[in-house]
Amino acid sequence: MLIQLGINLILALSLYFPLSAGQLSLGQGGFMAIGAYAASWLTASHAWPWPVAFAVAALVAGAVGALVGLPALRVRGIYLVLMTMAFGEIVRVFFLNFAPTGAAQGFRGMPFVTSLPLVAALGVATAVLAARTAGSRMGRAFAAINRDELAAEVLGIDVTRAKLASFTVGAAVAGLAGALWAHYVQFIEPEEFGFARSVAPFTFVVVGGIDTFWGAVAGAALLTLLPEWLRFLKEWRLALYGLAMLAVMIVRPQGLIDHRLLRALRRWRPGHPREVAR
Amino acid sequence: MLGQQLVNGVMLGAVYALIAIGYTLIFGVLGMLHLAHGEVFMVGAFVGLVIATKYSGNVMLALAAAMLATGVLGLLIERVAFRPLRGAHHLAPLATTIGAGIALQETARWYFGPEQQGFPSTIALTLWELGPLRVSSVQVFILAAALLLMGAVHVFLARTRAGRAVRATAEDPVVAGLLGVNVGAVIALVFFVASALAGAAGVLVGLAYNSVHPFIGVQMGVKGLVVMLLGGLGNVPGAMLGGLVLGVLEVLGVAYFASSYRDAFAFGAVMLMLLLRPEGLLGLRLQRRD
Repeated sequence: MLIQLGINLILALSLYFPLSAGQLSLGQGGFMAIGAYAASWLTASHAWPWPVAFAVAALVAGAVGALVGLPALRVRGIYLVLMTMAFGEIVRVFFLNFAPTGAAQGFRGMPFVTSLPLVAALGVATAVLAARTAGSRMGRAFAAINRDELAAEVLGIDVTRAKLASFTVGAAVAGLAGALWAHYVQFIEPEEFGFARSVAPFTFVVVGGIDTFWGAVAGAALLTLLPEWLRFLKEWRLALYGLAMLAVMIVRPQGLIDHRLLRALRRWRPGHPREVAR
Repeated sequence: MLGQQLVNGVMLGAVYALIAIGYTLIFGVLGMLHLAHGEVFMVGAFVGLVIATKYSGNVMLALAAAMLATGVLGLLIERVAFRPLRGAHHLAPLATTIGAGIALQETARWYFGPEQQGFPSTIALTLWELGPLRVSSVQVFILAAALLLMGAVHVFLARTRAGRAVRATAEDPVVAGLLGVNVGAVIALVFFVASALAGAAGVLVGLAYNSVHPFIGVQMGVKGLVVMLLGGLGNVPGAMLGGLVLGVLEVLGVAYFASSYRDAFAFGAVMLMLLLRPEGLLGLRLQRRD
């Protein structure tokens, strides 16, 4: 349960990176599949030690991300959404036909590696990376591009480089999430990395709030735990999960956590006199 | 052999086109994607199934009931998942429609169970031999119904007052509103029409493949997006052409390559299209709607 939460958190952050530079990807399931299959193939078929396999998996997913991101720079908005979606589906079809990793039968034989401390450590590391990026020169470049790409370019930001970097890092992080997932369930098949898998991190980030990486964290936590809390509803639970998502977005279209809420939390100290309302 | 595949491809393509027209109409007026459209299609298939089973296989009645039911469902989705978010971030409706889609899927699974179900054998199945081609009466019905609906949409958009209001809103909602078009009503109308078309497609697919289950909408919804993109976003004739292109491409691909690569054709076509001609087959210019 908590392991799933940690993997979902990393997956949500993998979407946050490109999104913070204004690029929505609905192909994270594809990058996750690449990471999962690459790591599993190395540990199961070649008996590589898992830390090396995980690192290689993240690198491979990142490299593919750079390859996809390069042509994807030409398209934006809804076109990018559809293009990444198509990419994710192509990856799924590829693994469905790729015999060395079991094709449609799925792939097994990897050791159990993904313990809770490991997931927690990698989750925190990814979150720290996201937090450090947000405050860095590169992170501010992402934010500027997100607001207005033309203005950012006029200000001297290398838009191509920044967008490609955000997309590549996001793909590598998704690959890492895939490697963790494969070494947790110890059986992977192409169908589980379909469109639904790509949509999941997107819902985490949008419900949590796209302003800051805290939104991705909160969204992943809420939407992973919610189906568990709703377990008493039996067969109605997923239907209510959908409706709850709808309700949250209607009440807070900007997501649960935005800059205003964070500022309010920062000002709030127990015992301090309340700030005078402006 | 080739002729036979073409017939099958055109039939599949006509159904894709019906779904894509809905997507493209909604995108045209709102500039937003409706990610529960595939689930509307699924609901249409189930309503058709229930009516056809209850009234001893009356397909026309099933089609009409499914279109009415999904049309009303479309109005509801617009009211709940789009209208409260007007002016919000443009990604917000993606999340609400995903939520609505999950709710619809799960409700269908709870009510009908997760298994595949078949339509009762409805139209007396006759096979006509046209030279080397074999065409069944079900195929003729599907093709006729799809073409008739597409023709109706074309006449509606091109010749009626309401259709003109839809086109004006798609061009520029603010100016259309200033000129006296009731934009809210137009959007609701578009959702009704788009969803009714998806519902009709659901019944036709149910007839063609004789298998309906709560998750048929997912893949169909994605294919509909592909077709919309092939034709050009917001372009209705483009969606019709794109549907036919994809349908024929898929059927030929399965016939001459392997069936497990089927989906690769659709998505490969999308990647190529986006890189080479992002405005779509019939698009004249790239609409900037960021």
